[in-house]
Amino acid sequence: MTRSETALERRAKLTASRPNRLERMMEIRLFEDRVKELFFEGIVHGTTHTCQGQEAVSVGIAAAARPTDTVAATYRSHGVALALGMTPLVVLGEIMGKTVGAVGGLGGSMHLCDSSVGLLPTMAIVGAGIPVAAGAALTAQVTGTDDAAIAVFGDGASNIGAFHEGLNLASIWKLPVVFVCENNVYGEYSRIDRTTPIEDIALRSTSYGIPGHIVDGQDVDAVEEAVAAALAHARSGDGPVLLEMKTYRYAGHSRADTAPYRPEGELDEWMSRDPIAIYRDRLLASGEVTDADLDAMTLRVGASIADAVEEAKASPSPGPDAMFANIYAGR
Amino acid sequence: MQRMRMNQAIAAALADEMRGDPSVVVFGEDVADAGGPFKTSDGLLEEFGPVRVRDTPISEMAFLGAAVGAAATGLRPVAEIMFVEFLGVALDMVVTEAAKFRYLSGGQFGCPLTVRASVGAGLGFGMQHSQTLETWMYATPGITLAVASGPQTAYGLLRSAIRCDDPVVVLEPRALYALRGDLEVGEEGIIPLGSAEIVEEGSDVTIVTLGQMRDVVTRAVSLGDWSAEIIDLRTLVPWDREAVLASVARTKRLAIVEESPFSGGWGTEVSSLVAAELFGELEAPVMRVTCPDVPVPFGKELEQRYLPSPDYVTAQVTELLATGRLPRHWWESEATA
Repeated sequence: MTRSETALERRAKLTASRPNRLERMMEIRLFEDRVKELFFEGIVHGTTHTCQGQEAVSVGIAAAARPTDTVAATYRSHGVALALGMTPLVVLGEIMGKTVGAVGGLGGSMHLCDSSVGLLPTMAIVGAGIPVAAGAALTAQVTGTDDAAIAVFGDGASNIGAFHEGLNLASIWKLPVVFVCENNVYGEYSRIDRTTPIEDIALRSTSYGIPGHIVDGQDVDAVEEAVAAALAHARSGDGPVLLEMKTYRYAGHSRADTAPYRPEGELDEWMSRDPIAIYRDRLLASGEVTDADLDAMTLRVGASIADAVEEAKASPSPGPDAMFANIYAGR
Repeated sequence: MQRMRMNQAIAAALADEMRGDPSVVVFGEDVADAGGPFKTSDGLLEEFGPVRVRDTPISEMAFLGAAVGAAATGLRPVAEIMFVEFLGVALDMVVTEAAKFRYLSGGQFGCPLTVRASVGAGLGFGMQHSQTLETWMYATPGITLAVASGPQTAYGLLRSAIRCDDPVVVLEPRALYALRGDLEVGEEGIIPLGSAEIVEEGSDVTIVTLGQMRDVVTRAVSLGDWSAEIIDLRTLVPWDREAVLASVARTKRLAIVEESPFSGGWGTEVSSLVAAELFGELEAPVMRVTCPDVPVPFGKELEQRYLPSPDYVTAQVTELLATGRLPRHWWESEATA
């Protein structure tokens, strides 16, 4: 990564080739591991929610969507933000509350945003992004563009009213929106079978008369293909689609949660289907990357994250004036 | 100048903004085919069509959320909440999403959203359909909050709200929808947000009010043998401090008449600021005339007793002026078991 690279350029790079998608997944993994370390070093304060294990979902969505599509995501969105194109520096700067951060250090880990790649301010209220994404799709419908919107949310959000109301409204208005549920098996500290009476969230699409599909969320190609097909459906005027990405959250819910509530062996089982390993092996087998390419990627990603950490640490904290801006327009 | 009911004035404001700006869309429960449960969007579907004027399911979280997403991406939605209580199931979208989008995006995304809601007691809708609830939104930076008090303010504030680049909540006293009054339409009829109106000039006391209490205060003043300056705040956030402070600096006395329970009402903010800024200049304590701290009762006599009446306001102001001390609230001086 060069320092002058914009979010849009990074987005174009991800779209351009499969090896670049692998590299972005590696970047997200290393980024999240580093965030966790920085938290324990006391450099990241407050809270943070990492997404190790879910990289294929973020990168697959970014590969399928256009930068002019709108994305509404959640408090676990470091991966989505990096995949859509935001740089490690602006994401980490925001997580550290520094001026170099995406919103100048006023938001924090849960609140990332970049209008140049269509990322709305990520929302820390479970399910809130679902109807908000429907609203962005309404803009596309009313203004007559063929852009679409994507809501990314977890399995836990499928039990809140906003999910049901939002899917219903989007269906009745035939809005161009794709609902992407990252079923990572846990809603905060609770396993899905303790909170949800069905195994497959995709089934809930039938209540709202829209297509619902289960997707292997550990396979970035499968994610991209499913999101691309759903977006095509939405753009053509046929209305929303619900996609359930079967994936897994390697980390706990937040911060120091070590997820002691997990059944023994579950983590190992999921790690044996690691999305980065799956894709790496596939690209090696097809000859799209070589071992030397992988080494180069590892070096590049390592250097880029290390640079981002140093730059973010060196970035000043915002002064008190910063808190008074952007509450109202022009004030 | 035309004569119009307040609900007609609202429909006129919506139509005028929709004619001038294709990004304005209107949605809510029964606003399209039925023209609105209070006929505040009558004729809009016929003129602007089903893409811009939409009925929604009974899903406040969905349609307010959609309004937030649409506002952030280029539309100027006007969402109607039939009774302000229904905001309760979707308050997140107003105070936690809409109010924060500009701040949360470092100014990359605004949220030019207007939420209209009917409020208030007096029509026998019972305690879950008769509150004013301005305090739900009052203390949230990022929200602008206006309250209509008749056809002109309903028209003028709504047009400003739709043009505002930030989320604005406009509360409309339901009992006034049928009120007929003179209406200036067009650009001249637009009322800037944040500006109060001196309804009547006077010298003995300043009475600050808003919403359906404006008319109550006007009648109360006509019954009194003193001279009052009546101020309709029209906008609660931000409220017109200059107008109120300038008036009270002249009259030396302030009464605030509110349609809401006593504790935590919007008048506490006005009272606190005036008492602090004009400390030593006041010739009487700041008086708040409000409803008691109870849910809105249903029975006709009880509901009327709950609301400040012209006679009651007159009596309270008269006693304040005569004694220089705060009169007791009626619920303190009458048996309350």
